[in-house]
Amino acid sequence: MFDERKLSEIKKARQKWEKTTVPNWVGRHPERKNDYTTTSGIPVKRLYTPEDVESIDYLKDLGFPSEFPFTRGLHATMYRGRLWTMRMFSGFATAEQTNQRFKYLLKEGETGLSIAFDYPTIMGYDSDQAMSLGEVGQCGVAVSHLKDMEVLLDGIPLDKVSTSMTINGPAGMLLAMYVAVGDQQGVPREKLNGTTQNDNLKEFFAQKLCIFPPRPALKMSVDLIEYCARHLPSWNPISISGYHIREAGSNAVQELAFTLADGIAYVESTLERGLKVDNFANRLSFFFASHNDIFEEIAKFRAARRLWARIMKERFKAKNPRSMWMRMHVQTSGCTLTAQQPTNNLIRVAFQALAAVLGGTQSLHTNSFDEALCLPSEEAVRAALRTQQLIAHESGAANTIDPVAGSYYVEALTNEMEERAMKYIDKIDSMGGVIPATEKGFFQREIADSAYKYQKEIERRERTIVGINDYTVEEDWVPIDLLRIPPHVEKEQLARLQRVRRERNQRKVKEMLGKLHDEADKNKNLMPTIIEAVKAYTTLGEITDVLRSVFGEYKELILV
Amino acid sequence: MSMKREKKIRVVIAKPGLDSHDRGAKIVARALRDAGMEVIYTGLRQTPEQIVETALQEDVDVIGLSILSGAHMTLFPRIMELLKKRGLNDVLVFAGGIIPQEDVRALKKIGIKEVFGPGTPTSTLVEFVRENTPKRK
Repeated sequence: MFDERKLSEIKKARQKWEKTTVPNWVGRHPERKNDYTTTSGIPVKRLYTPEDVESIDYLKDLGFPSEFPFTRGLHATMYRGRLWTMRMFSGFATAEQTNQRFKYLLKEGETGLSIAFDYPTIMGYDSDQAMSLGEVGQCGVAVSHLKDMEVLLDGIPLDKVSTSMTINGPAGMLLAMYVAVGDQQGVPREKLNGTTQNDNLKEFFAQKLCIFPPRPALKMSVDLIEYCARHLPSWNPISISGYHIREAGSNAVQELAFTLADGIAYVESTLERGLKVDNFANRLSFFFASHNDIFEEIAKFRAARRLWARIMKERFKAKNPRSMWMRMHVQTSGCTLTAQQPTNNLIRVAFQALAAVLGGTQSLHTNSFDEALCLPSEEAVRAALRTQQLIAHESGAANTIDPVAGSYYVEALTNEMEERAMKYIDKIDSMGGVIPATEKGFFQREIADSAYKYQKEIERRERTIVGINDYTVEEDWVPIDLLRIPPHVEKEQLARLQRVRRERNQRKVKEMLGKLHDEADKNKNLMPTIIEAVKAYTTLGEITDVLRSVFGEYKELILV
Repeated sequence: MSMKREKKIRVVIAKPGLDSHDRGAKIVARALRDAGMEVIYTGLRQTPEQIVETALQEDVDVIGLSILSGAHMTLFPRIMELLKKRGLNDVLVFAGGIIPQEDVRALKKIGIKEVFGPGTPTSTLVEFVRENTPKRK
């Protein structure tokens, strides 16, 4: 970005500064540490200069917003035109209670819904199955059948609100229920707008909520991608997720690399169904964490967009620029929240959210400060949402596009993230791709090693975490009441489940389950039949049990 | 000098409930192992029955339970009850996860020796296990 003469002048001046000015100063004022690194362990130099970005070709590597390689953002005007979607992940107890929380958040200025399901739902169990004991409505909302979904979305116009659903193994079943409610509301299917997480690959090494073994799990993901490409054109069938990889303990480079490797696997697998890349790639979406290191996170988001665009263009020969877009949702990093001095989390979340905005995200969830203690209470959620509104309207961060571009440090780090991630992707390719690498435990080991290393750094006090290994207090003070899930939740949920089972057309349900078994056996795309089945009030557990009987169940590869 | 070798402390780290947050459990398992203990990690989604069976089969001195799903008040009492039933009265049981203070008090009453929250250093756990593991007869 600089001419050679200027660069050599800069180099001379820098060398002089390093030989004289710096030692003079450091002699009297030693630096706090010998080595500085990012949270992921990438070395950080004392100073970045034009020399660190000399290899950058502006048009090739950065370009303009909405133009390849999209480093500077997907949209031509970014947040000057439209702010990111403020989407707060929520769900607890019964469908009625979560419906009320949704309405509250929409009233407070939230612009998109995000449904958190309880563990039984996530694992494809009905609320009354043995494995559901004690879990109903605890960590999300229980949805066992269409009636639950009807109550959950009551009074919410599905043609106006977009909805994200954090659901993977049973993504098809929950999307089917959403489609059914849309049909009841008379919303044309092409207007249904939202996202199913549906990223089953990362489950095996990150979120670990696996139902089926890897290959049928991938088939289920791709069924949805294919079905949406043909029938639900505004739906994002998948949110390829680095968030859980990071939360499980990876560093930022691993998060970036493993997520994109998963993305490659989904594209390859969908191409095998005979779809053309430009017919589905535009609806692939991504999901990342925003951790503590502001600049590393910004660099990660920018590198992710550029790297994905290059992969789509060069590896998969996409022609439509939209196929090269990495649209992303970001969530502030849950694992950085501390139970100690919980109000400190407000500040952590604000920094993390700012990094996501400076990184150009399309959508953002900010964690509540009480989440290391319990599910978020209403006051805490509001403060988290307000954090986004403060960034949007008060901080000035949304006034210009990609404001940190051109920072020698951020650009150098963006390059570094891309290079390091690419090395991992090459390695995964050489192992035969994501599934063989998963079966060998590659990701699991990488992530567990990083998690342990991070913990050891905290315990050796090489890494300061405020309130944990420094600046601690005797008594923690929590300024709000913690949210508890009362026991009547389970009772109400079970009562509705029994009513639904009693009142539906049993013959139809039996017929649907038989058809599903048959189609799963023949490896057909299951979505049309799943939609038909949920409309007949076949339950989530019944459908999943049939699929378990055909596909088998995943046995965890246990590694410590 | 006596050559009597101290028997290694045997620990099972178990994940009851449906949640899959195993980062903490795995770190604890590694830390105890690095401290010289023999550690068995059960993997995810173990029923109370499975956990107690593992403890019995593996002849452990210590059980560490990790849960972050909110189901602890259903599952932990069940585990404690089964331990008693199977005669494992001497096993040291501790727990970790997102567990509110009022529940911690209740859990201690049913015999869970300690409940550790987020941010606990692994050195604290190692020390706790060493100090509280009952001596083998």
